[in-house]
Amino acid sequence: MRLVILDDYDKASDWAARYVKKRIHEFKPGPDKYFTLGLPTGSTPLGMYQKLIEFHKSGDLSFKYVKTFNMDEYVNLDRKHPESYHSFMWNNFFKHIDIDPENAHLLDGNAPDPVIECDAFEAKITEAGGIELFIGGIGPDGHIAFNEPGSSLASRTRIKSLALDTIQANARFFGGDITKVPHQALTVGVATVMDAREVMIIITGVHKSLALHKAIEEGINHMWTVSAFQQHPRTIFVCDEDATMELKVRTVKYFKGLMNVHNKLIQE
Amino acid sequence: MPAAKEGRITQFRNCLILWDHHLIREDFWIRGGKIIDPEKLFYEEQKAADVVVECHGATIAPGFIDVQINGAFGVDFSVETDDIRAGVAKVAKGLLSHGVTSFCPTIVTSLPDSYRKILPQIERRNGSSKGAGVLGVHLEGPFISPREKGAHTPEYITGFDHGFADLLTMYGSLDMVSILTLAPELDNALDIVQTLVSKGITVSVGHSMANLSEGEGGSEGWSDVHHPLVQCHAAISSPGPTSGWTSHQRPGLVLVTDAIAAMGLGYGVHRLGHQTIEVRDNKAVIAGTDNLCGSIATMNQCIQFLYENTECDKVESLEAATLHPAELLNITDRKGTLDYDTDADFVILDSNSLSLLKTYIDGELVWTSGET
Repeated sequence: MRLVILDDYDKASDWAARYVKKRIHEFKPGPDKYFTLGLPTGSTPLGMYQKLIEFHKSGDLSFKYVKTFNMDEYVNLDRKHPESYHSFMWNNFFKHIDIDPENAHLLDGNAPDPVIECDAFEAKITEAGGIELFIGGIGPDGHIAFNEPGSSLASRTRIKSLALDTIQANARFFGGDITKVPHQALTVGVATVMDAREVMIIITGVHKSLALHKAIEEGINHMWTVSAFQQHPRTIFVCDEDATMELKVRTVKYFKGLMNVHNKLIQE
Repeated sequence: MPAAKEGRITQFRNCLILWDHHLIREDFWIRGGKIIDPEKLFYEEQKAADVVVECHGATIAPGFIDVQINGAFGVDFSVETDDIRAGVAKVAKGLLSHGVTSFCPTIVTSLPDSYRKILPQIERRNGSSKGAGVLGVHLEGPFISPREKGAHTPEYITGFDHGFADLLTMYGSLDMVSILTLAPELDNALDIVQTLVSKGITVSVGHSMANLSEGEGGSEGWSDVHHPLVQCHAAISSPGPTSGWTSHQRPGLVLVTDAIAAMGLGYGVHRLGHQTIEVRDNKAVIAGTDNLCGSIATMNQCIQFLYENTECDKVESLEAATLHPAELLNITDRKGTLDYDTDADFVILDSNSLSLLKTYIDGELVWTSGET
């Protein structure tokens, strides 16, 4: 596991975006060889998306031969609703880049049969040759995608009922009306993400510091699903100073001592 | 209205677009002759653009709609009674260079004989590379106040003492009429307005002694009557106080050129009907005098004037020539906005000066600056 500690949110976003850019370039994608990318939504990855858009606009990065798979989507929320993850991805990423619409895969939360939809999503990932790099964010309770505390670490893409905490936290996006908040979501499983050849998890802000501690300093525990990635051979946690607040000084010093090594990962 | 699934998809990038009463930085997408929702295209049809047009920061606005234009390019719609068809076509073509994508040829107070010759020759039609679309005729008079006659021939001005029958006797047919300007203080006006509105004809107050606030909110039935249209030359000729147009007057403001045949002719002396006029210093005057004989302002100039000389900002100035006339005519489902699934009639403007760079109708480029 690598833990990359940057000064602040902007620097963490920049580092994450540069890493994505370097991985895509090194892969040398082409018409017969697509780079497959797993993508999150939410406020944490927003800065990274903005950087990736800048790279695209300056001509340094193309998504022409990139296939994307998004982690999750609400159930029974209109695709056009501003809080849908379809809207998020369109407004914050897809409309600004050159990805072929056929290569942008999102779970359809309005599919008539969620089981068929989820199985088909797993099949599409397999068909694309698996995910090269899965990018994730986490919640303060350590959940990755909608794999909330207690989710099986062997879970695959499926329909999940959201925890009451999550529903309450999301009410602010739905005019404060809890009855308007979707109560279910389609989400990739922990094992779906574990199958990726590499996983990068971005964790920023002091409110995520306990989750970071649980993720890397304690044992694997389904109550903190992000901790499962301790078992993944290639995981990078990218965080800011604030998120290290609950870590041991020793842990922070150790990984900061490796920063010159880590920074070679983004050199092109 | 289902979007056309046929046709080439064009994406205009690096532009500001007039969207929901704001100018926002957003790409603009069309397919065939319609404006489309790119997000829907991306997710539902999984299609990308066939053509990408770089706009270099220019502004995209709906095509201008001129609901009061008496003539242009040497054509006077009220005079060319014999071949009005060719006259309308000539003006329609010329208006493309002013960003006007549809208009209402306007007939001033005339005799029944003229109406009967002119009206059957005018057809509503969509715009194309051949010219701006025709949205129907605007009849201004003769049912106006003799005391506010303006340039209208006083002997022709009349009332409708026998009610609606007088209109039909005067005009022959109302089939091609979209707007009728009348004075609401005339006898029987209320009944007539209601009949006109029920036929889908817009009624505008003009050449009237009536108090507008009375027409607007007073007695029941008048709410369908519209304020006078704001003429560009009125704005230009009134000294300074145009900046006194306050915000409560601005919503719904409809800008019209009220242009005469001399508009678009260029400087010099022109023989128009029985008059000889001279165009100089951005004005049309009776030759040899300083007497103004009508407006020669283009719609693009009117918008720029409104923006530069009043409290109207860019959005309000543009909407006065796009959204508001479309609202006046009840055609916002097709024209006057950049909303999805409406007609791809639009203009590309310089973002600083609002001067016209390109005109598109039905998704086709029909005029580019540098061409004449």
